[in-house]
Order: sequence, then C-alpha cells, then structure tokens
Amino acid sequence: MRWIFHPAASVARRAWRQLTSMRTALMLLFLLAVAAIPGSVLPQRNVSPEKVRQYLALHKQWGPTLDRFFFFDVYGSPWFSAIYLLLFVSLVGCLVPRFRAHATALLRVPPKAPRHLHRLPAHATVTASGAASDVDRIRLLLKKRRFRTVVRHEGDVSEISAEKGYLKETGNLLFHFALLSLLFGVAYGSWFGWHGNRLLVRGPDFAFCNTLLNYDEHALGAQVGENDLPKFCLQMDRFAATYLPNGQPVSYKADIAVTQDGSVSHRVLQVNDPLRLDGANVSLLGHGYAPILVYTDKYGKSHRNVSAFLPQDGMLRSNGVVTFPDVNLDPSTGKRDEKAQVGFSGIYLPTAPDDPSAGTSAFPAENNPRLMLQPYQGVLGFDAGAPLSVYTLDQRQIDAGRLKKFGEPLMLKPGDTAALPDGSKIEFVGTEQWISVSIRHDPGQPIVLGGAIALLTGLLGSLTGKRRRVFFRITPEGITAGGLPRGDYPGFADEFADLVRAAAPAATVPDQVPQTDQVEEVV
Amino acid sequence: MGGLSNQLLVVTIFSYVLAMMAYAIEYAFGGRSLIARRALIGAGGPMVLEEASPPSSGARNAGIAAVGLTVFGYAAHLVALVTRGIAAGRAPWGNMYEFVMMATLVGVTVWLVVLTKWRNLRHLGLFVTLVASILLAIAGMTLYVPVGPLVPALHSYWLVIHVGAAATASGIFLVGFVAAAMHLIRLGHDNGKRNFPYSLGERLPQADVLERATFRIHAFAFPIWTFGVIAGAIWAEAAWGRYWNWDPKEVWSFIAWVVYACYLHARSTPSVSRRITSWIAVLGWATMIVNLFGVNLVASGLHSYAGV
Repeated sequence: MRWIFHPAASVARRAWRQLTSMRTALMLLFLLAVAAIPGSVLPQRNVSPEKVRQYLALHKQWGPTLDRFFFFDVYGSPWFSAIYLLLFVSLVGCLVPRFRAHATALLRVPPKAPRHLHRLPAHATVTASGAASDVDRIRLLLKKRRFRTVVRHEGDVSEISAEKGYLKETGNLLFHFALLSLLFGVAYGSWFGWHGNRLLVRGPDFAFCNTLLNYDEHALGAQVGENDLPKFCLQMDRFAATYLPNGQPVSYKADIAVTQDGSVSHRVLQVNDPLRLDGANVSLLGHGYAPILVYTDKYGKSHRNVSAFLPQDGMLRSNGVVTFPDVNLDPSTGKRDEKAQVGFSGIYLPTAPDDPSAGTSAFPAENNPRLMLQPYQGVLGFDAGAPLSVYTLDQRQIDAGRLKKFGEPLMLKPGDTAALPDGSKIEFVGTEQWISVSIRHDPGQPIVLGGAIALLTGLLGSLTGKRRRVFFRITPEGITAGGLPRGDYPGFADEFADLVRAAAPAATVPDQVPQTDQVEEVV
Repeated sequence: MGGLSNQLLVVTIFSYVLAMMAYAIEYAFGGRSLIARRALIGAGGPMVLEEASPPSSGARNAGIAAVGLTVFGYAAHLVALVTRGIAAGRAPWGNMYEFVMMATLVGVTVWLVVLTKWRNLRHLGLFVTLVASILLAIAGMTLYVPVGPLVPALHSYWLVIHVGAAATASGIFLVGFVAAAMHLIRLGHDNGKRNFPYSLGERLPQADVLERATFRIHAFAFPIWTFGVIAGAIWAEAAWGRYWNWDPKEVWSFIAWVVYACYLHARSTPSVSRRITSWIAVLGWATMIVNLFGVNLVASGLHSYAGV
C-alpha cells in the first residue's frame, strides 16, 4: 500500500478530486454549450456534405484550416468528444460516492437528535410536560405523514428522529444515471446501426435493393458489415403531391412496393409516416422531377436517359445534367468517337411563367413544364477516375476546352424535339417523379428512449422532492421539537408549524409560535 | 376568424402597452413595497414592516388599473390565439408568429399566477408587459403570416405536443428571466450601485425573494423544456428517420438545456454566489432568444419550414 503515498499518486488524487468537483463540472457544462455553437453556424458533414463542399470551395483561405480542426464535424470532433467524455467521467466520479451514500442513507435509521434543538433553523416548545404516551402518539403522527422514524431512549428522555424526502436524491441519481444510459444508447446505435440515402425514381426500372452499392451515400456502424444489411427491395409505383394555390405543399404521398422475405406488399410512404420494415426504417425526405430525354445521334441510334434534377427552391426549379457518354458509335468501324460524347446541363421549370427567360418556376406542380438545355460536346471526363457530381458537368473539362458548347441553348416542352449542329436530335419526352429516402437502422433507439424517460422521471423527482428532518425530545419537563430542511424548501416553516400543532396533546396550545429562519412570505 | 384574431392582437398589444404605462406610473410615484424583516430580527421578535414612504392613492390606483389592463389584454390575447387556431383548423403554433403569440401568452399566464402568489411583486408587471409587448409587436410587424395550413412535415400530432411544450417552457423561462434580471438589479442596488438600471432596484422586492422566485420559475420550466426536447426527438425519428440531427434548432435547444442545467446545478452548489446563478439564468434566456430569432431568421436547417 506504499504507492498511496507516492507523490504521483497524490497528484493524481488531487486531479481526480478537482475533476469530480462541482465547479469543474459546471465549467465543462459551459464548455460543452460553447463548443456546440460552431456546429450551428458552419455546415456539417453529417447533415449536408454538399454544403460543406460549397463552403470549402468559397472559402479557400479559411476552409482548410477550419476543416483541419474538425469544424465541419463538430459533434464527432476530438475536442467536442473530449469535453463530454470528461464531463461523463466527472459525473461518474461524483455519482458513485453519492450513490453509495444514498444507499446507506436509505438503509440507515435517521440520525440522533442534536443536543440543542433550539439551534436548528426551525424549533419550538410543544408543551410544558411530556409523558411516555406522547412518544408513541407523536411517532404515529410522523409515520402517518410518511416520515421514517426512530425512537431512542436515554433515562427518562425519549427522542424521536424522523426524516422524509428521500425521493429528491433518488430522482437526482436516476437523472444522472439516465444521462449515462443516453450516452451508452447513442454509442450502441452508432456501433451497431447503419444508414443510407437514396434517390428513388418512379417505375420498375429504378427499383432499389438494399445493398451498399445501391446507395448514393451511406455509413455503416463499426460493428456492421456489408452483408449484415437486411434484404429488401423498394419500388415506387406512384407519387402524388398536393399544393396550395401559393405553392405551399400540403401533402406528399408515395406508393411503394416492398419486397421482403419473398413476398410483395404495397405500402404508403408519407412524411411523418415512415415505412417500418424488418431491420430498417424508410423515411421520405424530399421529391423532385427527373426529365426523360432521348438523344438520337448522327448515325440514327437512339439513347434514352432519365436523370434526376435537384430542386433549387420551393417552386421546384430544378438543376441537373443529362449525359450520353456512349453515343456516336460508328456502325462501319465499330469504334466510338471519344471526343464526341454529348452532355446537357439543364434547368427544369415545372410551371414556366409567362416570361420563361426569368428562369424561375411559378408553381411546384407541372402545369406548364419547360426544360432549358445547354448542349455540350466533347470529353465528359468520366474515364479520368476523379469523383464527379451527377448534377453538374465537369467544369475542369469545360475550362480546358475539352468539352465545348454544342449549339444554342434550347427551350423544350414535353414532346418537343430539337436538332443539334451535327444533325443529331434531342427529344424531351416528359418527366418521372422521384423521391429521396433515408433508410436507417439504429438499435440504440430503445435505450435512448428509455434513458430519456428515466431522465425526465428523475428530474421531476429531484426538483419536487424535499429532504427534511424533524426531531422531538420528550422529557417530563416538556416536549421540544426541531426541524432541519436539507436544501431549499421555503414551505418548511409551514409544514413544521403544522407538525408542532398536531403533536401538541389535545387541549393544549403551543406556548410559543414556531420560529424559523426560512421566512418566505412577505406582506 | 383570422381577421378577428389579427384585430384582437392589436387590442392585446395596446392593452399591454397601457398596462406597462400604468405600472410605470405606480413604479415612479408609488412607495417602496412592504417587506417583512421578521427573519432578520430573529426568533421571537415582532414582525417589522419597513416602509420608506406611504404610497399615494393615485399610484395605488395606477397599479390596480395596470393589473386590470393586463388581465384585459390577456383575455384578448387568449381569444386571439384561440380564434387563430379555429381559423386554421389546427393547433395555433405552426409558425413563428403563432409561436411567439403562444409563448408570450404562457408568459403572461405565469406572471398572473405569480401575482396571485406574491402580491408584492406587482411592480415587476412593468417588465413583464414590456417584454411581452415588444415580442408581440415584433411578431405582428415582421413575423406575420396569413392563416394557412401547414407543410406536410408538420402534419403530425407531435406538433401539438412538441411545439406546445417548447412554447410553454419558453413562456415560463421568459418570466424567469424577468425575475433573474430584477434580482441582479436589486443586488446591484444593494451593493451601492446607483446608475441605470440599478437605480430601478430601490423599489424592487428584497433580493432573496426575487432570487427564490427566479429559482422556482426555472425549476418549473426546465422539466417542460426537457420534455419538449425529448418529444421533438421522438417526432424527428418518425419524420426524418433519426432522433437527433444536430440541426441548428436542435443545437440551440441543446445549448439552452445545458445552460439551464448549469443554472440548476450552480443554484444547488453553496459555493456559487446567487449573483452568478442569476447571470446564468439571464444567459439561458439569451440562448432562448438566439434559438427563436437567430436560428429561424438566419440559419437554414431541418426546422426551416417552421421559419417565419
């Protein structure tokens, strides 16, 4: 046991005491609040990776530095984690001794009455004489009021010690242990959970099956492997949206065919009404339009493409690109002209206003659809291996002159066909609806929910419970009483006065008004 | 119904402003409140009432008129909110305008309850009606939107629970903030500061009375706020598939929760002075305001549809 006296051990002990002190906990709580702020100001990767990319592109000077210090992943950053982990360590260090003390307090009888009852914050003389029968009577009175009591005798002096309000500390401990269970639930969910996002275009050609390859974006927990994903397939059969005349959406509804365990079920997916499948939940996040284009190249071969466009505003003005990388295959040589790939960058207006050149949509539903396209020809840059957005053309290729504008901008209605300079044609057939869904499995959820309920229960107990002790000393010379509220309890004076009044034997009046320091009422 | 609601809101704001003026008259010309000093005299001593100058009857009448105007404004406020709800056919807290109306209504409710409990806190009505009429005026002038149905994301009974709890807690925190600020002013006055706003402290109730009211109001609001956040998380799970998204509104709700948790912890730590705890309460209200105005008007996130 000599190591206990080692200087290092004493430093460690002091550090531990420091860490588990309330002051440190308060500082850490404040730090936690402050550290959370950047996450609400800067875009976060876990919420909107696209916005982070935009921010980094706009702020070339600050961006990388902020990124290095995890300002785009605040809630998973080492410094944020350090704060809450320290806070939880401090919490455990504080809770364990309190838990032990409370358990002992629950098992132990109330302590001996102090020698001088009149030094307690509340005290009174009940009567000028006492008898043995008073002891049982007062004890019964206290028990009726759900005090925990003990009687101690010393010669002809009897003392009753009573205590009540253990709920406060019980609630307090429950609240803090619930916080720990929340942390555990969150961690468990991130280890064993997974999620992915996916655009789902209407129709059987675009059905989606739950494998990682099929996700636009996904994240697996540390304990989840690619093969652990539950097997199911989703196909959207119909999508319907209704709007107010001012364009505000009223309802979104998607009919989904779910194939799981070999059987097909037809379900309805709505906002606030996710599909709860076996092992995953599917939530509806957004929707938009995917123009259908048919490109007929100069050799007369047609290529069909359905490309989802991203909505830019509430009226669903949508941007996107349509690419045809495999066109212009010379039938005589069987070779593809690498430099004659075709792409279109486009803006889709579901309801074009009277002056469509304004480039805004007047309504989110397709009342007067127009597709504006700028054709490009050249090398799309798909083979370079660099990651590309599927919603924009590769600007590097355009800047380098490898991808050039190919004729004038086009404005098409559904069914319209336009000719391009080399005699090829582009036809705007119409649109398909698409929805974006989030598919998620979080096994930590029940733990977190249970923790949250326990937290609230504990909180109510700790805020409403009031710990207090009262003592009665019964001697032949009289009965005296003292009371001690532990913690803030303004109503104690009244409760004590009431107790003293009730403790006085019938037909005697307390000869002194009970006095307390805890005066709350003011005139 | 919607038009009636709008007119009633104007009536409400006018009543509160008039009440505020009446409170101010009482405040300026009335005497100091009577304060029991029984505790300071000690056990067994007679109760001593300290009274600097007897309040004039005019000031007293102004005070009574102020309470009457507050109650009148409150009734108009309540009916304005109810008619708004009837006009929209849903809970009347589906956007920021309605949220502010609801939160201030809760605030004034709490204030009236406090008034029945601690009559001598009547002076504080000046500050409660001040904050309430400023918030309502902002709501009426810049946040107003016509009555209308909600976006699909808000079609859920959780709207009633989650937003109702958040607005209720906000309203109670508002009164808690007023009490905390009064406590700080009174403390400053007691410590000899005489410049504005400490000069107001002279007529305020005793510091420890204000402090205890501050604590009890916050202890009442905090579980409601906690419940609101939990209900929001449950709703988020159904709506977005994930119970916590670190959306700006969530971040600031979390920050406010942490700051108020800090307040309650500091309050139960004897070594932390009551001046500091009240400052933490004021800070908590600042985070609530950032959450209401800053996040709704500046940041964009998942809660944006609730925007203005």
